[in-house]
Amino acid sequence: MRTGDASASRFVQCQNCKKTLFATDFASNLKVCAYCGHHHRLTWRERIDWTFDEGSFVETDTELVSGDPLQFPDYQPKHLAAQEKTGMADSVVTGRATIQGVPVSIAISDFHFMGGSMGSVAGEKVTRALERGCDERIPVVIFCASGGARMQEGLLSLMQMAKSTAAVERCQREGVPYIAVFTDPTMAGVLASYASVADVILSEPKALVGFAGARVSKQAQVVKAPDDFQQAEWVLRSGMLDRIVERRDMRATLGSLVRMLGAHLRGLEEKLA
Amino acid sequence: MKPLLDLEEAIAQLKSAIVRETEPGKQEEYQGRIEGYEKRRDNVLDIMFSRLGPWEEVLLARADPRPYTLDYVSAIFTDFIELDGDRRAGADHAIVAGPAMLEDRPVMLLGHQKGRNLTERTFRNFAMAKPEGYRKAIRLFEMAERFRLPVVTFVDTPAADPGVESESRGISEAIAASMLAMFKLTVPTVSVIIGEGGSGGAIGIAASNKVLMQEHAVYSVIPPEGCAAILWRDPAKKDKAAAALRLTSKSALELGLVDQVLPEPRGSAYRNPLEAAETVKDGILEALSELDRLSPQEVKAHRYSRFRSMGAFLA
Repeated sequence: MRTGDASASRFVQCQNCKKTLFATDFASNLKVCAYCGHHHRLTWRERIDWTFDEGSFVETDTELVSGDPLQFPDYQPKHLAAQEKTGMADSVVTGRATIQGVPVSIAISDFHFMGGSMGSVAGEKVTRALERGCDERIPVVIFCASGGARMQEGLLSLMQMAKSTAAVERCQREGVPYIAVFTDPTMAGVLASYASVADVILSEPKALVGFAGARVSKQAQVVKAPDDFQQAEWVLRSGMLDRIVERRDMRATLGSLVRMLGAHLRGLEEKLA
Repeated sequence: MKPLLDLEEAIAQLKSAIVRETEPGKQEEYQGRIEGYEKRRDNVLDIMFSRLGPWEEVLLARADPRPYTLDYVSAIFTDFIELDGDRRAGADHAIVAGPAMLEDRPVMLLGHQKGRNLTERTFRNFAMAKPEGYRKAIRLFEMAERFRLPVVTFVDTPAADPGVESESRGISEAIAASMLAMFKLTVPTVSVIIGEGGSGGAIGIAASNKVLMQEHAVYSVIPPEGCAAILWRDPAKKDKAAAALRLTSKSALELGLVDQVLPEPRGSAYRNPLEAAETVKDGILEALSELDRLSPQEVKAHRYSRFRSMGAFLA
């Protein structure tokens, strides 16, 4: 049984340990398994509701829709199906919210929409979220969940890596804190661009984080991959992220970080008042 | 290919025969026949190249005899001094770099380097750079900024190194940080896609003010084989993927993602590397002279807005 059926049934099964859980308990535990601690994937809406201050989210950039610039085979029907399944326009939702009272510019990637892949719209939204942080002098928080660049938009998708990274450079220059949170999975073109150059990188436990698919990596080298290869815990040991944070602690951790790192931003105090 | 190879063979035989020929009048006759064959060969080449499909373009971009970065470096620049090491973990020979003279001005050069035989390929890791390669790039981009050297990069890589060790040393971070370092520069930057522009491995050193692309290079978000395997669970559909990905220079120009396509000699760059190099050199000089009109801050702003405008959506 899939977790997506939680509302339809009284029970759900953990995708990791396969134990049966009460759907209501599962939801109140933020979709974390009470037995094994497995963090199940969230929709963008759940992510916002469970991370940011209640009712504070205002969505932006809703007018952006993908245009199938390459006339790529089967792209339009797949894209339409993803829209119907998720109710999203594309894989990333952006907006303004507050976290423990601190205003932030946010972008949330949702893996349920074509694997969270980054095409022109996702790249544009992430870039706007970073630029909004600069324009409004507020910290930026981005939740990553993506298989990488979206193949169906070809080279345009690759260019989103450069575009979004350029916006991170602007944040750094203008002293705007940018915090990235890796969730399962954060891969390839997204990891190799805006995600990896955040001021602070947090990750949910056991999230898959890597450049190449594990199969490719292991094929490519005689070196034996560790058992937890490309898992957040291994990535942390490799020195590539700052902290692993459990879902129930995410709000407090992010709140403290944006409060401290964003303290110097002019006007933030008034906004807090 | 068969008619072309037959003609090449005939030309080669006549050329070696002509030297040994002593009978009066024979040399002239041979010369005439050589010219006739050459004309036919050129016709065959023109027909072949006018019909190249996207997958053939991929094969051509990967072809062994195609000029590599160091071939262009020796044809275009003088006084190249290779610098190495990322000063952190190691040396990476998939990327070569260092200062060189472009006519009368010093520049910082950097490019992926392929190998032509097994020994070279192993040494160059098939031009798949590891984190050390991108961190060497960052180090030299920063040096270029200190000493006001324009940066010229040559892109020719199937992909960044996907191995376990590269993962553990942060290949993703290295690529992202390399792009970020390029966006910091106030000196002009020019990139030339000369062979394979392979996804993240390519864009990691191609976040430049001007991006030029050789006619028969390819530039893609994913190799066609990988795309076919993921989308259609069949790597054999690589030609369908190559077409769908629109990875040719013509497409990249139409999409506005490269600034200029550099034409190649008849039959592509390897048939006349010096002519190809001359075109590349002219392209770089022209791009730099345009960028020279901008102030350092304008150079940086120009680069930002170049990439900022990329993306196709309805809004």
